[in-house]
Amino acid sequence: MSTPRPPARRSKLDLDPVTVRKARSLARQAGRPIVDLAQKHTTVSVERATLRLAGLSGADPDGTPWVNRLLDAVRGDVGIEHGVALPVWDALVRGEAEDLETLAQKASAGSVRFRLPEGRDLTRARSAATRQVGAGIRRMDARRRERERLVRRYGDPQHQPWIYLIVATGDIYEDMPQAQQAAREGADVIAVIRSTGQSLLDYVPEGPTREGFAGTYATQDNFRLMRAALDESSKRLRRYVRLTNYASGLCMPEIAALAGLERLDMMLNDSMYGILFRDINPVRTFVDQRFSRQVHARAGIIINTGEDNYLTTADAVEAAHTVTVSQLLNEYFAKEAGLEDWQLGLGHAFEIDPDLPDSFRMELAHAMLARDLFPKAPLKWMPPTRHMTGDVFRGYLLDAFFNLAGVLTGQSILLVGMMTEAVVTPWLSDRDLALQNVRYVMNAAGSLHEDFRPAPDGFIAQRARQVLAESIDLLERILAHSSNAGLLDAIADGTFGLMKRPADSGRGLEGVARKAPGYVNPATDLLEAP
Amino acid sequence: MNDTVVSPGPIVRPYGDTTGDGMVQVSFTLPIPHSKVAEGAAAQLAAKMGIEPALVVHAKPMGPGFTFFVVYGRVNHLVDVSAVQVVERDYPLLAAKEVNLAIRTGLRRRLVVVGACIGTDAHTVGIDAILNIKGFAGEKGLEYYRELKVVNLGAQVSVPRLVERAQAEKADAVLVSQVVTQRDAHVSNTKQMSAAFREAYPSHRRPLLIVGGPRFDESMADELGVDRVFVRGTTPGEVASYLTHQLVTRRAR
Repeated sequence: MSTPRPPARRSKLDLDPVTVRKARSLARQAGRPIVDLAQKHTTVSVERATLRLAGLSGADPDGTPWVNRLLDAVRGDVGIEHGVALPVWDALVRGEAEDLETLAQKASAGSVRFRLPEGRDLTRARSAATRQVGAGIRRMDARRRERERLVRRYGDPQHQPWIYLIVATGDIYEDMPQAQQAAREGADVIAVIRSTGQSLLDYVPEGPTREGFAGTYATQDNFRLMRAALDESSKRLRRYVRLTNYASGLCMPEIAALAGLERLDMMLNDSMYGILFRDINPVRTFVDQRFSRQVHARAGIIINTGEDNYLTTADAVEAAHTVTVSQLLNEYFAKEAGLEDWQLGLGHAFEIDPDLPDSFRMELAHAMLARDLFPKAPLKWMPPTRHMTGDVFRGYLLDAFFNLAGVLTGQSILLVGMMTEAVVTPWLSDRDLALQNVRYVMNAAGSLHEDFRPAPDGFIAQRARQVLAESIDLLERILAHSSNAGLLDAIADGTFGLMKRPADSGRGLEGVARKAPGYVNPATDLLEAP
Repeated sequence: MNDTVVSPGPIVRPYGDTTGDGMVQVSFTLPIPHSKVAEGAAAQLAAKMGIEPALVVHAKPMGPGFTFFVVYGRVNHLVDVSAVQVVERDYPLLAAKEVNLAIRTGLRRRLVVVGACIGTDAHTVGIDAILNIKGFAGEKGLEYYRELKVVNLGAQVSVPRLVERAQAEKADAVLVSQVVTQRDAHVSNTKQMSAAFREAYPSHRRPLLIVGGPRFDESMADELGVDRVFVRGTTPGEVASYLTHQLVTRRAR
């Protein structure tokens, strides 16, 4: 199977199954109203993702993608609350243009009027849309089968956790050799960090890109180029090297679709990250997130959630339970959208102040709690950033303890920490030293987790139980909020990561529409079909 | 009780384990495959850096075309401490209570601080460490000060929006954090920001402009067009004290 499978073992913390069930049930209760909300709305990005699945790509001479051009024209004529599919394929069926791109061109020149078809026109538009969007989904299915074939041919890494390395030059043509070099040096997963500005762009840039800030733009061409480069590496190294990018920000659904079409293997996709850290409107995020997760589920992509981020703004000890709550919510939202356990790369991080007494024991407690709560999930273990001070020597030591905690608690995906975190973007030598660190710990400690069992009522077990109890308290407080969508209120009043994000503000709100009766989206229909 | 410390003269050299030994340690990568020649090349570079004799203690191939070196050696440069120029703290460090009292009596209203990360920079770590009540290094952030009104605009704020909000809030001071430094974005963003404020305000009404980030140099304030640059390790208390000094104490005089 194409997932880093956690080592088979019994729960080590002896968590009370009734408490664990209660935590899950509370997360479900908190998440359910959000799912209802998501089902009642659509967004410009969901509609554009539908057009992308139908095969529309490319951009006008100014670089505005045709999906944006076409969507804006439809929106101007009939709005998006009925979905983009009916008016667009009605125009195609009427013969306004022979294909989507021509239609987009004509529409942006103002020479097409869109309408909402009725009766037989509606049926014809709907079946034409379903046919074309269905072809895109079948293309995604083919890419998934292709991945499964390559994994069978080249095999998965022999070790646990999988080694995850980041590449970020801003230039895709620099990224490719760097990623191949990282794979040669032992990386199992390559993540191409995005340019910092991208999450707030309400369009997906086009073409191969060579200019980015602290990262490289996520574009369909960049995805394709990097996947091809790593396919080459996989062939040479005789192991399948996975590729990761980010389905986040205002274009989350579209990027998810492009990832499915270009056979990316993992996508960062958190349920609340954009709200908390990018001030994206909560409704926009939850609608986009649900659609993107449906796409990931279908494409066989492993999602990585972003709980590590809470600990970069809030204290890692005091806020440990917010990580657990977010993991539980991410799990609920993910499963509701059709993802399976093996696709849930729930995140957490090694961010406790190293000057605190017993900091490592607490790290172990938190990491084991995640492992025991989500025994089948490929957990993603994130390195220290907040207490990396610029003292690279101390940083190297801290990263070694991070690696040890990862091995000792059976984490599945290990993001390699750099001693130059907070100093420079990693140098060639930083990456090599970091990999030596990981390899040393994995060689030296290997299957130490088999021997490691915390005392039943010792510090670690008690700390884990305490965090779980605090998580349940927090979930109960969320549910006690006045309105029935208590989670939205909790986000509004700063429960997560200390950021206050009211549901009626934030970026991208203008791109949200309440679905009208008769809303049609063939992509959602096909993705939700049993 | 007191250790006897020999007060160092104005001229010093690095200290390994003996006064005056001048020992330093550096590491670097050269884009050549590992060989005896590569090690010689590392020694040559060290010599050009003033490290002589240089001991190449570690050389490791990194990928096909690169070698990583660790070099120890005696550096033949001297440091003249009397010629060092730094920005010394030119304001008194106040406790939160003292800041509140000074503002209350000196300004008779709350002092308004607007903060943001500008440009494409999404790293709010710095601005949050200074502004969020949570604070940094055991000190509470500016939100904790009763007499400070803090408006944290968060990440990726455009310069026009920052100016607009500063005007709407009648900001006394604007704090900008810049972490991302690729292609010197922190410098160009800051210059753009200070120019926009100069354009939008008459000079005597302009809010105090403060920029902070790990890769700024304190002496860059004039070049950047800001009133103050804060660097790595700055605490909220220092920022609050500076604000009080500039906007309350000095203005009252």
